[in-house]
Amino acid sequence: MTLDERLQNVTIIGAAGKMGSGIAVLVAQEMSKLKLKPENKDKIYRLNLVDITEKALDGLRSYMKVQLVKAAEKSTVLLRQIYVDRKDLIENGEIINAFVDDTYALLNFTTDYNIAKDSHLVFEAIFENEEIKIKVLKQLKEICLPDALFLTNTSSIPISYLDEQAGLGGRIVGYHFYNPPVIQKLVEIIYADNTTEELKEIGLEFGKRLRKKLVPAADISGFIGNGHFSRDGLYAMNKVEELKDEYGYHGALYIMNKVSQDFLVRPMGIFQLIDYVGLDVFQSLLRVMRTHLKLEHLNSDQLNRFMDKKITGGQNPNGSQKDGFIKYEKNRPAGVYNIEEGKYRMFDEDWRAEIDKKLNPTNEKFAPWRALLMDGKKMEKLETHFNNLKGMDTYGSTLALDFLKTTKEIGENLVKNGVANSEKEVNEVLMNGFFWLYGPIHNFI
Amino acid sequence: MTYFRKKIYATAGFNTVSLGTGRKEFHPKKPRPGIEHYIKEAGLGSINQIQNPENIDEGVIGNFMAARFCNQGNLGGFFPMVHPTFQYKPCIRVEGACDSGGLALATAIKTILADMADVVMCIGVEVQNSVKAIYGADYLAGADWFSGNRKKGHVYFFPDLFSRRAGACYEKFGNEKVREGMAHWYVNAIENARKNPDAQEYHNKNSDLLATGMTSPNPKAFCEHINVFDCSKVSDGGSALIFASEEGLKKIGVELKDAVEVISYAQVQDNLTTPPPDLTKLSTCAVAAKRAYDRAEIKSSDLSVLDVHDCFTIAGLLAVEAAGVAGYGEGADFITDGNTKSDGIIPTNTTGGLVGYGHPTGASGVRQAIDVVKQLLGKAGDCQVKISPDKPFGMMSSMGGNDKTVVAMIFRKE
Repeated sequence: MTLDERLQNVTIIGAAGKMGSGIAVLVAQEMSKLKLKPENKDKIYRLNLVDITEKALDGLRSYMKVQLVKAAEKSTVLLRQIYVDRKDLIENGEIINAFVDDTYALLNFTTDYNIAKDSHLVFEAIFENEEIKIKVLKQLKEICLPDALFLTNTSSIPISYLDEQAGLGGRIVGYHFYNPPVIQKLVEIIYADNTTEELKEIGLEFGKRLRKKLVPAADISGFIGNGHFSRDGLYAMNKVEELKDEYGYHGALYIMNKVSQDFLVRPMGIFQLIDYVGLDVFQSLLRVMRTHLKLEHLNSDQLNRFMDKKITGGQNPNGSQKDGFIKYEKNRPAGVYNIEEGKYRMFDEDWRAEIDKKLNPTNEKFAPWRALLMDGKKMEKLETHFNNLKGMDTYGSTLALDFLKTTKEIGENLVKNGVANSEKEVNEVLMNGFFWLYGPIHNFI
Repeated sequence: MTYFRKKIYATAGFNTVSLGTGRKEFHPKKPRPGIEHYIKEAGLGSINQIQNPENIDEGVIGNFMAARFCNQGNLGGFFPMVHPTFQYKPCIRVEGACDSGGLALATAIKTILADMADVVMCIGVEVQNSVKAIYGADYLAGADWFSGNRKKGHVYFFPDLFSRRAGACYEKFGNEKVREGMAHWYVNAIENARKNPDAQEYHNKNSDLLATGMTSPNPKAFCEHINVFDCSKVSDGGSALIFASEEGLKKIGVELKDAVEVISYAQVQDNLTTPPPDLTKLSTCAVAAKRAYDRAEIKSSDLSVLDVHDCFTIAGLLAVEAAGVAGYGEGADFITDGNTKSDGIIPTNTTGGLVGYGHPTGASGVRQAIDVVKQLLGKAGDCQVKISPDKPFGMMSSMGGNDKTVVAMIFRKE
């Protein structure tokens, strides 16, 4: 069965979630473009969007409308060609609306898994919990057609394990989108031991159609992206434990967040990133990796204490950032949590200026990530920046260079341990999935 | 000069900031001033330079598409907002696509020549940031023959029309040469805009403008032969200029030294339903320029300053040819060699032009006239170029549609 044929009936499980909803937008557009080909006009296309509550589905309906309009606005050059024979559609606005309506008409929103019974392709994008994932996959195996193929968006659970537990006989592939899937170019593709050749081909072809950058990762828990992120985050948390006596928990958190953002020129600090992903997601990631890799050190008491206090980060339904390690005002960091005091310490207090001075006594100005993003000479500028750090010998530069070295080692170990085929792939994942300006494996140090 | 039956002067020009992407104060999601604000701001800016605003007899408002961008018609109704004494005075709105401002100038002059008024305030205005560019492209497509051409046109309808012109020029005169000329047009536009605090590109800090200008086109997302930097801006803005007879100047308390004489203009209309006869020429602009020169009894080499309608860099390139300052097919080299720069043979678009200042469509023609007038008066601030006494002439040429509606106007400082 070809990809075109399989795209006639698709189901997304967990479609109202952060990842599922983005995948839904991408899949819906591809299906709609197929449906709009003259030769397919009499065929029925259905994209089933399944989630557990009606409320979540209502949120998904609004999200789909907004995102489909945005997507159509970006592909109007193509849409004008698709609708070239529709004499009634003249203006861009009319064409965009027609595409959104035509695409929306393919969607079924439901809480009933049984709708997947006619699907040839099923995307699984539920919460990262292996018991639930296995249970759902088992259920789907019973419901779906015997040749249905499954693409799981797990970010850490070995695909062979899911295959074996759910009894899918190789009809599953890891297809790990990055958040938000509509924007992020990266998809990690992970084959289970038994993934069928057909599914491998389908995965590659679909990625090409979505114009995603597919990077293969070995079927080792955490894969490349989270294999790096988890260890990078743990390094920062462990460092906080080291620094807390001198600066307090809040000061230590602030230091590591600032060093990773400003000194390492990343889009956001390490703790802001964990907040964005969600402390709950990060904790669950560590749990999965700890279990499958049998590495006890992949754990953080500090993180567990935050979770005990129900401080989870992540986003509110309206997309705004929830508080986590950091407190946010208008989606911008405004303070950091002190776990011992049980409260946020705000940036406008005196402690911050003292730390800033300690980190960077000469008040060196670093080009921020955003300024270098579109700069054609960014690699040269980064090299100069890191050379400057090496020459500075300040508290901040020392912390930064240690972090940079660790980050590099984490990347190198991913290659050494066979998670990534090459250094290039590690760098591609961090640069495309995490928006880093440079890969962790570099020659800066 | 004998072309007009009496002397006509222009004075007290005022341009608002051209607001849109590029300006630090612009944020697409924050509320912005409406069209009435720009009419009032521009009008008051002009009034502040004269003694007796109550003696302004009439208003003309040039605007292209407020009906779609702002859901607003009857723009003449905003004229009395500008000054209390304008209540119950005549005001007319004129439209000729991106040459609406040019038509407003012509209308003001005709009113004075007809002895219906001694002083006419001419205001050009447009607010375009009310919708995303992808929808604005449809509104702007109304400058061409909509029912005949829109359906078969490109997403970005007008950029594509001029992209085709660029493509035709690449083929005829050499890709590299023309592309380079367009990129140098862009560089000159931004460099001039950096001297003009009202320009949309005033805050542009790009250190390698030529490389940006040379960016390869991306047909999948935009047009085949031009890049986004080849385009003028999506802009909100207004411009106001006062025209007066000799007696009118006295009435509003403006001395002759603060005014510039309009010595000729040509208003030329081509058939909207026919395709351009030659994509490598702005034929209508050329007719307008020739008539304006003939009526003024001057040659292109008599000009000290020129302002042309560079809605796209290729339009700028073809416009200097149409204005006769560069020969046919020689525009690219003429620009690349620096002849249109502020210290060049013929300083062109000295305040940034449509690419650098911005292109609030209905205001552009008025803005062009104002900037030429300011240059001739020596009041162009950091943008001032040398006006030699033996060449006291400046010309503006404003174009609507794909070289369909053109006004070329020549000014002289006595």
